Amino acid sequence: MYNQTDIIKDTTNLGPEGELVVNMGPQHPATHGVLHLVVTLNGETIKKIEPHLGYIHRSIEKMCESLTYRQFIYVTSRMDYLSSHINNTACALLVEKGMQIEVPERAKFVRTILNELTRIASHELWIGAMAMDLGAFTPFFYAFREREMITDIMEDTCGARLTMNYIVPGGLMYDIHPEFQTKVKAFIKQFKEKVTEYEDLVTGNIIFQSRTKGVGVLSAEDAISYGCSGPVARASGVSCDIRKIAPYDAYDRVEFDEIIETEGDSFSRYLVRVKEMNQSIRIIEQLIDNIPEGEFVGKTKNVLKLNKGEFYQRVETARGELGVYIVSEGATTPHRIKFRSPGFSNLSVLDHIAKGSKIGDLMATMGTLDLVIPDIDR
Amino acid sequence: MTNEEIKAYISSHLPEASFDETGEWLNIIIPPTSLRSIATVLLGQPMQMNFLFCLTCVDNKTHLTMVYHLTSMKNRSINIVLKANLDRQNPVIDTLSDLWRTAEFHEREVFEMFGVNFTHHPDLRKLILEDDFKGFPLRKDFEDPINMIKL
Repeated sequence: MYNQTDIIKDTTNLGPEGELVVNMGPQHPATHGVLHLVVTLNGETIKKIEPHLGYIHRSIEKMCESLTYRQFIYVTSRMDYLSSHINNTACALLVEKGMQIEVPERAKFVRTILNELTRIASHELWIGAMAMDLGAFTPFFYAFREREMITDIMEDTCGARLTMNYIVPGGLMYDIHPEFQTKVKAFIKQFKEKVTEYEDLVTGNIIFQSRTKGVGVLSAEDAISYGCSGPVARASGVSCDIRKIAPYDAYDRVEFDEIIETEGDSFSRYLVRVKEMNQSIRIIEQLIDNIPEGEFVGKTKNVLKLNKGEFYQRVETARGELGVYIVSEGATTPHRIKFRSPGFSNLSVLDHIAKGSKIGDLMATMGTLDLVIPDIDR
Repeated sequence: MTNEEIKAYISSHLPEASFDETGEWLNIIIPPTSLRSIATVLLGQPMQMNFLFCLTCVDNKTHLTMVYHLTSMKNRSINIVLKANLDRQNPVIDTLSDLWRTAEFHEREVFEMFGVNFTHHPDLRKLILEDDFKGFPLRKDFEDPINMIKL
């Protein structure tokens, strides 16, 4: 964080080499949250970017230390609020691993479908918001038209439209809504018809291409060294999809491609996400008609106690690799819990890839990193 | 490489390293002074553990434990957990931010939350908390009568 006196700088008093320090955020419209970047400029060229975090820090890790294994899942929905179902899956899988709980097939299939729907919803919001940052207004409405259908499905299943809580240790909280399958199929039909619309609008757009191609280039070596994951790393040619490396739930039973681009610039990161949405649809199509009948939650004890030891669970969220690390001492609450959030590592690369570019390009670079601030601050 | 091969390889470089195989992945417990040398060995050929996917600290009440989760992008099935126990009164350990760049931000977080000092870190300042924040919030003995509600 910063001292109050540092934030207001006399702009007429420039640095040794004509440097100007600009505070971007924490209330900047393009940071989509309370991210504060202190950007050192020389003319229009970026010399240094320093992120200041903590405006939405709730100390979720400390809170979880005093919550039981049934309670702490609900806090994680507030972490990366665009992938709540995926965060919940990570925690549920970890508790199941620590207690050797058998999860029914039905729950596994529904979880996978919900995870992929969440991924599409997150990418839809991202595509709209990023296009708006770059000056295109229409893609936002187009993307939200389809996203609305997903939020309706989420509302049917668990009652909430944003911070969903439906996945619990052992399976699901309730059985699926009777109209779940029909609604998901209707969504798939509409998505397939309409996805070309905003692809035509954005992907082939010459203004969009010239603003993103060759901007914010990240090499494969740097992506690995900075701990990048998800679409950011895959756009640089690094294969890092946890769904392929360590399949969980029903991912080992579906066929899908890991999207890898090699350019590493903002445009590749955009392409990876758009192509990923189509792969998610492919996964849902394989599962939606084959949801097995049976129980939706496995047999669990009323009080959950993890075995003594250490557990780590990785899942692939819309932004990359989410890791949950728990040190258990055999009690009802965790001794220490750590969330390895994808956004935190992806943010750390921003200074490296935006250095030397123009301040106007920072929007494209930051937009394609897909930062969600509550996920970074935790 | 199997766990046995990794154990033999690490022991040849650092005889005092001890191993723990009770968890999901192989744990290597090393003295904090030899962290950098063993990190260089793990990063180099033939192991190439080039992806540091989790860096954190655990307060074990008697001592602090630094925990590093490493994997190789060449072979993601090999995962290693590197651990070093630190003195609780004066925790000091070398930085790894020049070997894995991601460690820079993670170490800053551990610095403010646990009070671990990383020597030779390029920019060891608070990242999330305010500059005048007193105490280390993620330590077990941290008390905050206003914001922490005890049930």
